[in-house]
This record gives sequence, C-alpha cells and structure tokens, in this order.
Amino acid sequence: MTTMGSTTIEIAINLVKTILVFLMMVQAVPILVWLERRGSAFIQNRFGPNRVGPLGLVQLLADAVKFLKKEDFVPEKGNRFLFYCAPVFAMIPGAIAYMAIPMSVPLVTESYTFLIQGYEINVGIVFILGISSLAAYTILMAGWGSGSKFSLMGALRASAQIISYELALGLAIVGVILLYGTFNLAEMIQSQSGSLNFQGFGYTVAANWLPNWGIFYQPIGALLFFAATFAESNRLPFDLAEGEAELVAGFHTEYGGFKMLMFFIGEYAHMMVASGLMVTFFFGGYSIWNFSPEEVHSWIMNTFSVAPFTANVLNSIIHFLSYTIKFALFLWIFIHVRWTLPRFRYDQLMDLGWKTMLPWALANSILTAAIIFIGSHFTL
Amino acid sequence: MPLGGVIFVTIFIAIFGTLLIYLARWTGGKAKKTSQAKFDIYECGIEVQEKKDTKVSVKFYLTAILFILFDIEVIFMFPWASNFKSFIASGAGVYIFSSMMIFLGIFIFGLWWEIKSKALEWD
Repeated sequence: MTTMGSTTIEIAINLVKTILVFLMMVQAVPILVWLERRGSAFIQNRFGPNRVGPLGLVQLLADAVKFLKKEDFVPEKGNRFLFYCAPVFAMIPGAIAYMAIPMSVPLVTESYTFLIQGYEINVGIVFILGISSLAAYTILMAGWGSGSKFSLMGALRASAQIISYELALGLAIVGVILLYGTFNLAEMIQSQSGSLNFQGFGYTVAANWLPNWGIFYQPIGALLFFAATFAESNRLPFDLAEGEAELVAGFHTEYGGFKMLMFFIGEYAHMMVASGLMVTFFFGGYSIWNFSPEEVHSWIMNTFSVAPFTANVLNSIIHFLSYTIKFALFLWIFIHVRWTLPRFRYDQLMDLGWKTMLPWALANSILTAAIIFIGSHFTL
Repeated sequence: MPLGGVIFVTIFIAIFGTLLIYLARWTGGKAKKTSQAKFDIYECGIEVQEKKDTKVSVKFYLTAILFILFDIEVIFMFPWASNFKSFIASGAGVYIFSSMMIFLGIFIFGLWWEIKSKALEWD
C-alpha cells in the first residue's frame, strides 16, 4: 500500500494534491452546469443561456452572485442542525470517492513516485462503493431536516432507490473483479494496456488493432454498471427523488442559494465518480488505445529527443488528456440521457432494479466465472 | 496511510462547506420574517395541512431489510472474485467454483422466493 509519504514534504505535497483534486472537481461543476443547460437547449431546440457573455459562459458568474445575495433561509418546522449539515455532507462522499481513481501514469522521479490521483487505496473498488453509498444519508438528512412532507417523501424514495441499485451495481462489478483478480484500480488499468488478447479453451484470440479494454470482456457488466450509476447519482431516468410533477423538487424543496449549490456539487461529483469508474473498469483508464504507457514514453523520448524526466512529465500529461477525453465523453452521455429519456414510474423503477438488473448481473457474474473456470480447465 | 488523506479531505470539505454557508449568510443576510407564510414549509401554496410525521409506506422498510440481506451476500462475492484466478492457478479451481455456486444457489432461491411472495410489488 502506498502511504501518504514518509517525509514531511511528501505528506504536505500529498495533502495539497487532495485539495487540488477537490478544487478541480468544484471547478468542473459550473462548466458541467453550463454544458447541461446548453446541451438541453440544443436537444430541445431552444437557445438556453446565451445572453451573458460569449455563448452564455459568464452566466455562471451571474448565478454565483445571485446565490450569494440570497437570504439565508431555514423553514420554521425543520431541524436547523440537520438542515445545515446536509448540504455540507453532500459534497463529501463523491469527492473522497473520486480521489481514489487514478487519472494518469504516475510521475516517477528519482526519489519519489508522484501519483496523479488524490490517494491510492489498495482496495479501491470496495472503498469507492462503500463511500459513495453514504450519499443516502445526506439525502435523508436533507429530507428530515427540511420538515416538509415533500422533502421527506423525496428522501425516502431516493434512499430506497439508491440501496436497491447498489445491489445491481455491486454484482455488475463482480465480473470485473473476476476478470482482473484485484481490487486495485491502478492494477486494473495496467492489465488493460496492450492489444486485445483473449486466452481460454486452449485458444488465444488476439487482435492487434483493438485495445485490451474491459468492455470487450464484460459488455453486459458495463451496461448494467452504467445504468445502475444513473440511479446512484439520482439522474434521469431515475430521478424519482425529485420528480417535479409529483414532489415539487424532492429532498431539496426547501433549499436555495449556496446550500442548493452544494447539493449540485454533490450530484455532479457522483457523476464524475461514475464516469471515472466506467473509464477505469471498461475503457482502459488513462491508456491511449492499445499503446502501453512504456511504448508512449519511448515514443516521446525518440521523437522529441528529451531527457527521461521530461519524457515522464509529457507522458503523464498525455495520459491525463486521454483520461479526460474519455471521462468527458461519459459525462456528456449522462447529460444526453437526462434530456432524452422520460422518467420511470416508481414501481417500474423498483422492478427494473430488483427483477431485471439484479438477475442479469447475477447471471453475468456466474457466466464470467464459468467461462474463466471452464476455459482454464478444458480445451475445445 | 491513505486513511490520513481521507480524513484530511473530509475535514477540509466540512470546513470549506461551513465557510461557504457562513459566507452566504454574511452576504445575503438572514431571512427577514415579513409574513408567516414565508416561513411555512412549501405545500403548493395552500395552508399547511399535515405535519411531517405523515404516514410512510411499509414497503420502504421492507426494501431496506431485503437490501441488507442481499448486500451482505453480494459482499461475500467480492473476496471470492478477487481470489478466483489465483485459486484456479494453484489447482483449487473446482473447489472455489463449486462452493460459490452452492452459495449462489441459496442466493437465487432467496431472490426467487422474494419475488414469488410479492415482497417487491409496489401498488
């Protein structure tokens, strides 16, 4: 297990790095909100925010000023403490889960390996699953603290939905763990580098032009996992927690101003965790198509004739860009789906989770185990 | 330890969020009570009729109980899955595969029973 560092300077660097990752996530939220508003307008044939600044980009600044000028409001019947705690805690699970996801090749110097992620955890998957399900508590706190029955109903629905899809989410990952045989996200990405190379039943199926990504081994698992993350982050088509038509705004009915913004940060942080995990499990993490980090490194050194250390830095930057492109693609899919699909009815939602996705995920993990088992014992 | 990092970030975000709330309260000011209606909980504009301890469907509790049962069973699969390939490599493949299949048989029976007894019907 990698520690936070042995000397004071290393510990300080690592702690500052976690803050930087968190601030990056907070910074990404306004951009995503803008993308979401513009994207929804584009999909629904409207204009969206286009008045304030070029393409409406400064709209976010105007929104922030408006948030700041909002009166600080607590409903009289609510519980003040829970009402204030809920938005603060809403930011925590998504943020600390995201930091365990590796975003680029570690930057190796002579004395120290600098990881491009908040911190490395050797049981990364279990940690992320455990932490991100804590979001149910913040939603319940908000629903109970508001003292409104719409909030409470929204919170109950949301927590029931989150725990129901957690099962499908966990079981969809079992196939991935079977495939890589590890909980460590960095090791998973390493075993996905290179070209597609399937071994089993005494055969080797190799394709030089395809990457060795998890999606080719676990297509059903990927689909189930992605669908379940929509439910986990309370996004359409699973946003029953705030179904406007029936519950006003669900658990954040009574919230406004900066407290509302913090719930937004929490929601987008969960989207980022989901996208990051999708990329890590099924799309090779930071790897660039089927080139391994070492190949890219030697290519940089030969092409630009730079020192090994400069090549290391460039290597990390290029892989970070690769990760970001994949990551942004999944965030865009989240936004696209939200404005394309209608909302489920509540019983349909629960049926889908328990009666469709859970059995499919179960079948997927049994199938994966059986193929690995039979493929290594028998030949065709 | 990474745990130190986790705790550090948790505390940092908690302080960050608290400061944001205080900042917003400082710039926006506390809500002035111009009328009682402003401080009532939101109920589509009508007079507040019910208190918050409104009736909650028992299905939510049932879902929570079933979740705990099934989630524990899913968690058992995690260490099994991470050791599956190394067990096969060391020649104990039949043992690890068949033992989990027996466990999953019970799991699937439980799921089938749960669906059959209509524990998951929302009406």
